[in-house]
Amino acid sequence: MNRFKLFYGGSIVVLAALAAALGAALVLTAIGASPAATFVTIFTGPFTDVFGLTEILVRAIPLILVALGIAIAFRSGIINIGAEGQMLIGILAATATALALPTWPKAALLPVVILAGAAGGALWAGIAGTLRARLGVNEILSTVMLNYIAAQLYTFFLRGPMIDPGELETGSGTPQSMRLPEAAFLDRLVPGTRLHMGLVLALVLCVCVWFFLWRTTWGFRLRAAGAEAKAARYAGIHVPGSLVAAMGLSGAFAGIAGAVEVSGVHHRAIENITSGYGFAGIVVALFGALHPAGIVPAAFFFGLLLVGSDMTQRSAGVPANMILVLMGVLILCIVSAKMYLNNPYAQERAARFLARFRKPGAGEPS
Amino acid sequence: MAKAQPIHELQLTGITKRFPGILACNNVSMRVARGEVLALVGENGAGKSTLMNILAGLYQPDAGTIAINGEEVRFHTPNDAYARGIGMVHQNFMLVPNMTVTENVALGLKQHHRFMNLDLKATRARIVEVSEHHELPVNPDAYVWQLSVGEQQRVELIKTLCFGAQLLILDEPTSALTPQETDDLIDRLKRMTAELSIIFISHKLQEVKELSHRVAILRHGAVVFNGRTEDHTPAELAALMTGREVHLPRNEGLLVEGPAILEARDLKVRGDRGHFALDGLNLEVHAGEILGLAGVSGNGQRELAEALTGLRPVESGTVRFLHKDMTNKSPAAMIAAGLGYIPEDRHHEGIVPRFTVKENLVLKDFPTPRFSWSVVLKLGEIARNAESLKASFDIRCSSTSAAGGSLSGGNIQKVILARELAREPKALISVYPTRGVDMGAQEFIHSQLLARRRAGGGILLISEELEEIMNLSDRIAVIYKGRILKVLTSLEATREKLGLLMAGVAE
Repeated sequence: MNRFKLFYGGSIVVLAALAAALGAALVLTAIGASPAATFVTIFTGPFTDVFGLTEILVRAIPLILVALGIAIAFRSGIINIGAEGQMLIGILAATATALALPTWPKAALLPVVILAGAAGGALWAGIAGTLRARLGVNEILSTVMLNYIAAQLYTFFLRGPMIDPGELETGSGTPQSMRLPEAAFLDRLVPGTRLHMGLVLALVLCVCVWFFLWRTTWGFRLRAAGAEAKAARYAGIHVPGSLVAAMGLSGAFAGIAGAVEVSGVHHRAIENITSGYGFAGIVVALFGALHPAGIVPAAFFFGLLLVGSDMTQRSAGVPANMILVLMGVLILCIVSAKMYLNNPYAQERAARFLARFRKPGAGEPS
Repeated sequence: MAKAQPIHELQLTGITKRFPGILACNNVSMRVARGEVLALVGENGAGKSTLMNILAGLYQPDAGTIAINGEEVRFHTPNDAYARGIGMVHQNFMLVPNMTVTENVALGLKQHHRFMNLDLKATRARIVEVSEHHELPVNPDAYVWQLSVGEQQRVELIKTLCFGAQLLILDEPTSALTPQETDDLIDRLKRMTAELSIIFISHKLQEVKELSHRVAILRHGAVVFNGRTEDHTPAELAALMTGREVHLPRNEGLLVEGPAILEARDLKVRGDRGHFALDGLNLEVHAGEILGLAGVSGNGQRELAEALTGLRPVESGTVRFLHKDMTNKSPAAMIAAGLGYIPEDRHHEGIVPRFTVKENLVLKDFPTPRFSWSVVLKLGEIARNAESLKASFDIRCSSTSAAGGSLSGGNIQKVILARELAREPKALISVYPTRGVDMGAQEFIHSQLLARRRAGGGILLISEELEEIMNLSDRIAVIYKGRILKVLTSLEATREKLGLLMAGVAE
């Protein structure tokens, strides 16, 4: 039976991937591009040079961090669609902290900046968490709405209180903050590329999240409350408290993703800095089965998609926004595949179907 | 309505079904004739449900054949089984609560589905016809959520009959019913046998005796007995079922008046619908006694258990535990003080179904020094604890890493019992502890409760089974409309007295 299960699971995954490719090919054909050329560019283009390779990792860093937070929230029975907004607030907090402490040495400033980002994200997510725990406000609605508010706040700060004074002097008025002090920069891992120490931080945090969720009493509480709130309450776990904690932690990871993006890549707060990582991170978390060990490869895969689709714009004439369509198709396929993987009746039907082709006397699947 | 051919005889021959690691059905053969009631009994996990799921087309047998009127049939889906007149009523009702009875039945009546249109009038007419014909009164326009459990059971029956069932499979039809509803259902089923065959799964041998003509007993997937019901006493059947003599233990202890450890004074508590489910209730449980709480369900039992354990807010009055005022303390505080609780909803409250058995066994104690070092869980100790409890409480699961929700009802109950008793509670609240579990498990649970009593624990036993209450209790309190009507010692209590009190007649 185990061999059959493996076979079944494997074929479902392969079928889902094929369905996703087919769906994407249809869309590409519809806009007049060659699907084959596009796929080749996306999946091989980034591997042709060091820059492409490191860019995959650069994109994967915020994806991992956001996805870790999403996994904590989903596992704890609360849904966080607000990573995008939490990232923005994290970026504002991190940037303001770095700019306010320009004389601090690196060893002190960098951790404080990243913690400030975490605090900003946690605070923003905590609003939704508290509304849910106290008043029963649906967290999907509140996190989505808080995204809009965060986006407006972000623009307000970049155009107003936090705008680079230089921009005002020259009169160009680009909405961006001052450059961070060098002490707030994450070191580059490979000279000449944008790959930074954030990768190490993200991987370390993966281990931390795994340990937290599956090896500590805190994680036990959160998972119990998420898996069956009624039983958790019965066992003496304070469920509303655990919801707020889970949401806050989830936001903290989005905030860290924001802080790392500022101090690792852009070195100042600019517009469109999140590039949709807050949403893509949700897909990465689901694709990685809400487990750190799955999230890392999933983030690399989506990093590849993001870099690859940038290249298609140049080489195959496909707009980079196509990646959003591709992601949508992927999500549909993942969700359908999951339904089939978890449905014992579908499995039973497949087993029956296979049994028809089994040679008589070949024995039972075992 | 495409009526299925009448079923004169159903014959199962050599049915075998394997699941990973388990032989669920081992060469099972049995036969049911028209107008006959076959009772299928056996311990939890003996393979009864698997066998019936095969018959209803949900599973395919690995070997063996099903024959109707001598003709071999193969069911690939439940619809195939329905087409041949076999209908199953599952233990957990499969009804949509926010739809009416008519709409629920129409869901499955494919011949009333027209293009872009559902013929609800025809469905309603069919329901009325079936309900009159079989004397199963039901309001076709009522919403399912408005119906009592007994009425929902009738809707399930009518639904199955509307689909044209000639042979009814009933999986533990009485497990969620009150005693009155059970008697009512059995009467109705008896009348229906005039034109139908029934296979019914039950743990309650009293019902088996009352309703069935023949009885088949399954043990470890094989038929160990198949014979006429009237030739055997319930005790003989119980012995055949477990493979040994079953003696439900009795409380033979002397009534020792220990100090009161759990007290409720003038307790007023609101139910889910906002009314006072407990209306000035007074009760005390002493150390070293089992206090039975008899009553028809819905008279405040659930609310009482929840108020005592801190899960439901107390409007007025006090809860005292171990001589301290614990009114409206948190569940965690009550647990820490040494109060155990076996809840009514074992599947979603007593365990976290997606957690493993070993995690469920430390659901309350994981933060204690025994199972965690500061905040880090001691996985080794958690696993050892699970292995030892699995052995001492005879929890049958493939591994303690299996999901708790994958266990059978009786074994889930043992997991809960093991967890609660291993904590050596000063007082234990036990709500319907043996509902739907087999005789062997029942015997085990009863003896464990008695052992806890001997060790000096006070137990509040809430149950609808008079047999259970009278066997185990030192004193028996009767609850009626949120108050204790009377408290009797076990010597004073008789079935008749308790029955009158449960109906609200206090002399």
